[in-house]
Amino acid sequence: MLVERRSKETLNALFFFALLLLFVFQFAVGPDRERLAGTLPGLLWLGFILSGLLGLGRTFVVERENDCWEGLLLAPGDKSAIYVGKLAGNVLLMLVVEVLLIVLFTIFFDIDLSPAIPTLAIVVVLGTIGLASVGTLFAAMTAGVRARELLFPVLLLPVQVPVLLAAVKATEAGLAGEPLAAYAHWLQLLAAADVIYLVAGVLTFEFILEP
Amino acid sequence: MTRTLGWFALAGLVAGLVMAFGIAPRELTQGNVQRIMYIHVPAVWVAYLAFLVACGASIAYLFTRRTDGDQLAHAAVEVGLVFLGLNIASGSIWGKPTWGTWWTWDARITSVSIVFLIYLGYLLLRQAVDDRERAARYAAVVAIIAAPNIFLVHQSVNWWRTLHQPASLLKAGGATMPAILWVGIVVNFIGFGLLAAYFVARRAALLHREAQAAG
Repeated sequence: MLVERRSKETLNALFFFALLLLFVFQFAVGPDRERLAGTLPGLLWLGFILSGLLGLGRTFVVERENDCWEGLLLAPGDKSAIYVGKLAGNVLLMLVVEVLLIVLFTIFFDIDLSPAIPTLAIVVVLGTIGLASVGTLFAAMTAGVRARELLFPVLLLPVQVPVLLAAVKATEAGLAGEPLAAYAHWLQLLAAADVIYLVAGVLTFEFILEP
Repeated sequence: MTRTLGWFALAGLVAGLVMAFGIAPRELTQGNVQRIMYIHVPAVWVAYLAFLVACGASIAYLFTRRTDGDQLAHAAVEVGLVFLGLNIASGSIWGKPTWGTWWTWDARITSVSIVFLIYLGYLLLRQAVDDRERAARYAAVVAIIAAPNIFLVHQSVNWWRTLHQPASLLKAGGATMPAILWVGIVVNFIGFGLLAAYFVARRAALLHREAQAAG
């Protein structure tokens, strides 16, 4: 985390990447306002997951490149603390990028998201925790594997389908101004997924970290 | 032991075929096509059962570190994938004459295919890790995460369902199906389950020998 704050290496690149994504989305959707409104929730989460994949995949790369993996192994105390720490760092990093992306969306696509901000905040936080909890786990797994860049998204994306589906649906309902009761079940699914992933992550992380 | 299981599986399959083609009545609107159900539904049950077994075996492996737990999980995932593939393929063949399309982005079809992809990723991961022991550990973690995920995927069906008929057998308030069809499915399920158990046993034994040969 500290390293990241000092270097801002990942954050800068991710910010730039998010900006590029906007252009791609604009080319894909075209100037039609209604079409944009319809695809906005999906586009937002596509942006989140694409930047998330890049950011998450790098979680343990620094340790691998600098041969600090053994340092992690030798660290005293519970191994799950490393998981929680890495997870917190990832969630924070992703949230920063996501807020930036939302701001960029509102500016470049000229949309007003302000009435939906509370909903959006809940959905984004829950969805990000879900993405990052499994992402951190799988990143540790794939860090030392052949074809790392390929395997990580291939493993992560299908597992994350419930989270993405729930997040997109809840965002859609929130942006459409529907009452909370209309999409509360999606939020519950998100929260349930988060809890399951977090518990599984904390319990299984030590098995991944072995040499 | 395994051989006996094989014979039982064969008997179960024959009984299943008799149920599906001999005893079960011809469905009124769909005709004989509906008999695909006797493959379609048991196959997905057996596949999910295999994935549950894989999850349990993976947990057992992580705690005891006995390699047969990992071999059982590996074999169960492979066999589960075969049966899930059978389910998807038979569903596709069933869908063409009844819905008029091979494939549709209906929630259940989509979610079953996603489960398929998750476990395909499991095999990819195993393949990508050279070290046997490390591959076993990583794969076990994936199998443990993937099993509760099946539940999440199924939950999404109830909220997002479109074309597919809702589950007819396993739902609150009892089955909406005539008993004879129901019995046909269960008989086929038992036959398929025995066959899957036989496959898993053979495959696990093979993996065991591979591991021995590799030292």
